[in-house]
Amino acid sequence: MTAQSATRPAPGRIESAFRTAREAGRSLLVPYITGGYPGWTEAVQAAVAAGADAVEIGIPFSDPVMDGPVIQQASQLALDNGVTPQLVLDEVRRLQVGVPLIVMTYYNLVHHDGVHRFADRLASAGISGCILPDLPLEEAGPWCEAADAAGLETILLAAPTAPDERLPRIVERTRGFVYSVGLLGVTGERSELAATATALAARLTAITDVPVLVGVGVSNAEQAVEACRVADGVIMGASVVRRLMEGGPDAVGAYISEVRQALDAE
Amino acid sequence: MTTLENQIPPTATDFESEQDSMVVPGADGRFGEFGGRFVPETLVPACHELEAGFNEAWADPEFRAELHKVLAEYAGRPSMLTQCHNLSAQLGIRLILKREDLNHTGSHKINNVLGQVLLAKRMGKTRIVAETGAGQHGVASATAAALLGLECKVYMGAVDVERQALNVFRMKLLGAEVEAVHSGSRTLKDAVNEAMRDWVATVGDTHYCLGSVMGPHPYPFMVRQFHRVIGSEARTQCREIYGGDPDVVAACVGGGSNAIGIFSGFIDTKARLIGVEPEGGAAVGRAQPGVVHGMRTYLMQDEYGQVEEAHSVSAGLDYPGVGPEHSYLASIGRAEYPTVNDAEVLEAFVLMARSEGIIPALECAHSLAWIVREAPHIQGQTVLMNLSGRGDKDVAQVMDILK
Ligand SMILES: Cc1ncc(COP(=O)(O)O)c(C=O)c1O
Repeated sequence: MTAQSATRPAPGRIESAFRTAREAGRSLLVPYITGGYPGWTEAVQAAVAAGADAVEIGIPFSDPVMDGPVIQQASQLALDNGVTPQLVLDEVRRLQVGVPLIVMTYYNLVHHDGVHRFADRLASAGISGCILPDLPLEEAGPWCEAADAAGLETILLAAPTAPDERLPRIVERTRGFVYSVGLLGVTGERSELAATATALAARLTAITDVPVLVGVGVSNAEQAVEACRVADGVIMGASVVRRLMEGGPDAVGAYISEVRQALDAE
Repeated sequence: MTTLENQIPPTATDFESEQDSMVVPGADGRFGEFGGRFVPETLVPACHELEAGFNEAWADPEFRAELHKVLAEYAGRPSMLTQCHNLSAQLGIRLILKREDLNHTGSHKINNVLGQVLLAKRMGKTRIVAETGAGQHGVASATAAALLGLECKVYMGAVDVERQALNVFRMKLLGAEVEAVHSGSRTLKDAVNEAMRDWVATVGDTHYCLGSVMGPHPYPFMVRQFHRVIGSEARTQCREIYGGDPDVVAACVGGGSNAIGIFSGFIDTKARLIGVEPEGGAAVGRAQPGVVHGMRTYLMQDEYGQVEEAHSVSAGLDYPGVGPEHSYLASIGRAEYPTVNDAEVLEAFVLMARSEGIIPALECAHSLAWIVREAPHIQGQTVLMNLSGRGDKDVAQVMDILK
């Protein structure tokens, strides 16, 4: 059951890079950084220099329902400073980092702009993929088509609550990788990796060879290592943003290096 | 006894005949181009489960009978109609109130909450979470949870915790936990976000008891069905007591549950349907579609799509969106959604108290404010106004403002 579906198009930039890394035995590391937060572009550069395989850039939204207190606070501060989607994308265009950049935001910013215009904006800023956590499979059609047409990979989320029949449909429609939600809950640091994290990743790797990355609740190097025993990689959000808020871009770089070393040591 | 039977449809068969007049959304949860299910993937299976659970319960005569019984014996349904003789004479119209303020807990919110909590229990849930603005939905939720033995947590914006202190204490007295929400605008919108975040984490044993005809499918549909009792009763009562349908049906609109409840009884008549929004929360008035809280609907937002904060003297209407079925009714021209400002509302609040000896909730004072303004143009007409709640909760706030 790990054969690629005949209907999947050729892998895009993210999926190709992730497959290549996986074949070389490398666990994938994708930090999340809130766009527009003071020092964010330097944080992206520091994360890449420290060994990130891609970076997820949050475009702040007023009502981030999938985010816990840390990312909410970072988004709110960016919004209070007058950050807009286009201001974030203008800075993205100036970033020269050599790894795929992925936008994470909420669907109203896309809907308000219109799916085609938003997709074109992302593509022309050099973005490779997009994650919209409040746009589930059934509602994703119009956006996915626009993103496909603009050459953007739309990464869909799979959650621990999904019944077995749902996962193959998510895997079929996702591009780049599958975002395997680590726990029941919103973004934020936890003292342990939830049992659901490895359980869902295992259910996904059993039905697809599209890269599977665990995100939400992966909070330190040790948990990243644990998740990567089952999954192809991890997305780390709140633990990265907290370091940006407390110690600036250098603290982000130091943290990503620490996680990278732990993953490489496995 | 027979009128009671007529007024609260107790069986699934009655429901089939109800279906003719209102939209029944399909699997995509749409009312025209509005509605849908824009929620995190984690919640999609829970929405499916709720949809199946509701449809099955609603078609089950036993569930309908149980709900009927608790609405009659506990909530005090049917609620009566009151003709406002003094205001009618002053305004040159015939003004009739549907007295949802006389329900147990003091507002229409109890209709929906009893339905949802009975359903949650039937589905094996042991805990409910709710958002609240004015605190009326929170109080109703805490009440139903106490009655039916479920745990209850209510999220309330920090601004509202302050201006509705009495209701906060009522909820606590009823055994609920109340959490003040400090994010965003610290009002109803943010309380919804926080309740959703809770539900994402607790979906196994918890039901999200949403307080209006909003949110992801099946909420807008389900909550409407639970509030149809307002419209069905009012229709029968108007015909029995006044010999016909009203010319105008007016209700205030926050999320739109009391309005859709009473509209549903008159959608197939010639009555004008008026949903009154606060000037600072005119989602329908601006007619700009957006997606928030699980639904595509008219939404107050800035030029980038960031959701704007609503501003209203009434906590229950301080919401930048509106239930998707109202967006639909507005888009096809079946209902109108005028706005009134806070000053007009405060005047109407005092007017109803002095003229009729009824202190209305600030929310319903919006409907009266519109009626007062419109009166010169509708002389001699019969106006049915949904008095969705009583004003005790607002007295302290109004006292401060009028000082
Ligand atoms: C008395 C009363 N009326 C109306 C509302 C607004 O809700 P909806 O528009 O759903 O009826 C509230 C909400 O708190 C309320 O307490």
